[in-house]
Amino acid sequence: MKGRTVTLTAPAGTAAARRRRPSAARRAWQTVSPYAYLAPFFTLFAAFGLFPLLYTAFVSLYRVELQTPGDMEWRGLGNYAALFTDEFFWISLRNTFTIGVLSTVPQLVMALGLAHLLNYKLRGRTFFRTAMLLPYATSVAAATLVFAQLFGRDFGLVNYALGLVGIDPVDWQTNTVASQIAVSTIVIWRWTGYNALIYLAGMQSIPSELYEAAEMDGASRWRQFFHVTLPGLRPTIVFTAVVSTIGATQLFGEPLLFEGSVSGGISHQYQTLGLYMYEQGWGFFHLGRAAAIAWVMFLLILVLVGVNALIVRRRSRKEAGR
Amino acid sequence: MTVRRAGRTLHGGRVAYAILVLAVLVSAFPFYWTIVAASRSNADLAKVPPSLLPGPNLMRNFEAVMEEADIGKALLNSLIVSGSITVGTVLCCTLAGFAFAKLRFRGRGALLAITVGTMMIPPQLGVIPLFMLIAELEWVNQLQSVILPGLVSAFGVFFMRQFLVQALPDELIEAARVDGASSARIFWSIVVPIARPGMAVLGLLTFMAAWNDFFWPIVALSSQNPTVQVALRQLGGGYVNDQSVIMAGTLLGTLPVLLVFGLLGRQIVGGIMQGAVKG
Repeated sequence: MKGRTVTLTAPAGTAAARRRRPSAARRAWQTVSPYAYLAPFFTLFAAFGLFPLLYTAFVSLYRVELQTPGDMEWRGLGNYAALFTDEFFWISLRNTFTIGVLSTVPQLVMALGLAHLLNYKLRGRTFFRTAMLLPYATSVAAATLVFAQLFGRDFGLVNYALGLVGIDPVDWQTNTVASQIAVSTIVIWRWTGYNALIYLAGMQSIPSELYEAAEMDGASRWRQFFHVTLPGLRPTIVFTAVVSTIGATQLFGEPLLFEGSVSGGISHQYQTLGLYMYEQGWGFFHLGRAAAIAWVMFLLILVLVGVNALIVRRRSRKEAGR
Repeated sequence: MTVRRAGRTLHGGRVAYAILVLAVLVSAFPFYWTIVAASRSNADLAKVPPSLLPGPNLMRNFEAVMEEADIGKALLNSLIVSGSITVGTVLCCTLAGFAFAKLRFRGRGALLAITVGTMMIPPQLGVIPLFMLIAELEWVNQLQSVILPGLVSAFGVFFMRQFLVQALPDELIEAARVDGASSARIFWSIVVPIARPGMAVLGLLTFMAAWNDFFWPIVALSSQNPTVQVALRQLGGGYVNDQSVIMAGTLLGTLPVLLVFGLLGRQIVGGIMQGAVKG
């Protein structure tokens, strides 16, 4: 490799001496070859990425059953009508929202605090960073099975610990609020460290002159955090908020494996939209209905990303006006 | 509490260390608990106060879970699936990323916009047509049904593009062209060696994501031909009542990723922070 590089970066004079007009075939290849580089990705992308995404909207207008996915019967907006009259749809929509807030907000706030600490000069900082990313390396399934055990009503460690400080055992499964907190805890545990590292990366790209200037103005460290760090991090915060919200919209593995049932608890108390979709499709065999749910989730995400774009645009306009 | 210096060179004080150590303990405790629970018996786990130290039953529980959920086959399948996805994704994404980073062609902007635009859309939304597709192809319960869709990574393309935009000087390609190197030759002898660090990071992230992927594998595969996550789903589905056996399965299914993480954690941390700044 090294030898080759030397040839390639040979003085311009030598290269010019060797320059020939490329043949027609060669020039034709040069126009076509970029597409050859793209072909493997875009073939797969079209077949397994784009097509399923778009076709979902189409399927949602048909009656399709799991046992006979080849037979499609036109249903118009029937799947959507069935959806909007099903109380469990509204329950799962509400649960997705509440679990989303319960998991995203504490997660991002704690991540911000941890990132701030990780940004100090620390002994063993690689250790801290790596250790905090450990939960991210765990699968949803593994994490949920462990937490389901920890949150056991009768013999769970969480209730035992609560008992030590005089709190009565909590029914983490049947109680609506408690079960949603438990499910959110799994999400928070898995993603806080990851978000902390993203924030840390953002913090490190804030120019240190800004802090020096703030220091000279006599700004306290708290004020520096609020007036230098936070504004500098705003794009990163918007990014993590959007990614976490999209993740929350999709939440599936945690509520599925918390007790192992597709209904998300005995009275659907922690069933999310993702789990509701799975229940309709692979529990009740209604693929068409499941596609309608997927499409509703997609629209939900579009709205969220739209809000994000608006915030970012407003922000850059503000900056341009400055 | 801390030595005051400008901005990012502040030294951490005792409180900072205390909070960080606490965070590390919270991160690590569920792993420790998995080991404890996996090495005890179901009866031990129902004791008050609970035992907080590992017990003698680890091997017995491993054997039980091998029998009940076929974790051995699941581990092998996961290795095949994640390995193929990693190699394929890194290759496809490096090719496409290079084209987007350094080549000029018609439709470049539009194609890149489509790729980046779908980056945020979770693949979970397309599972129904995808399932109909693999049912049509009679791929249900076969590993390719998980591998092929797993190769699609818009993030990977974007990641490699960002990497090569910075790492690969235009002059190098120019010079190679002038020297008469073919397009394939340019790719293998110039682009790939320079892209290698980026490819390594993308490979690590892809491997972990593929190993941990949950929704699509449980739809496309069943307990007859499971990946680790499918086997864990089966374990948690209520067929097995022995908690210590479930924890033994969880431990076995997590060990390989933890191994990768233990060896290459620093690179993974770097990759995620890099991706954050560029993304």
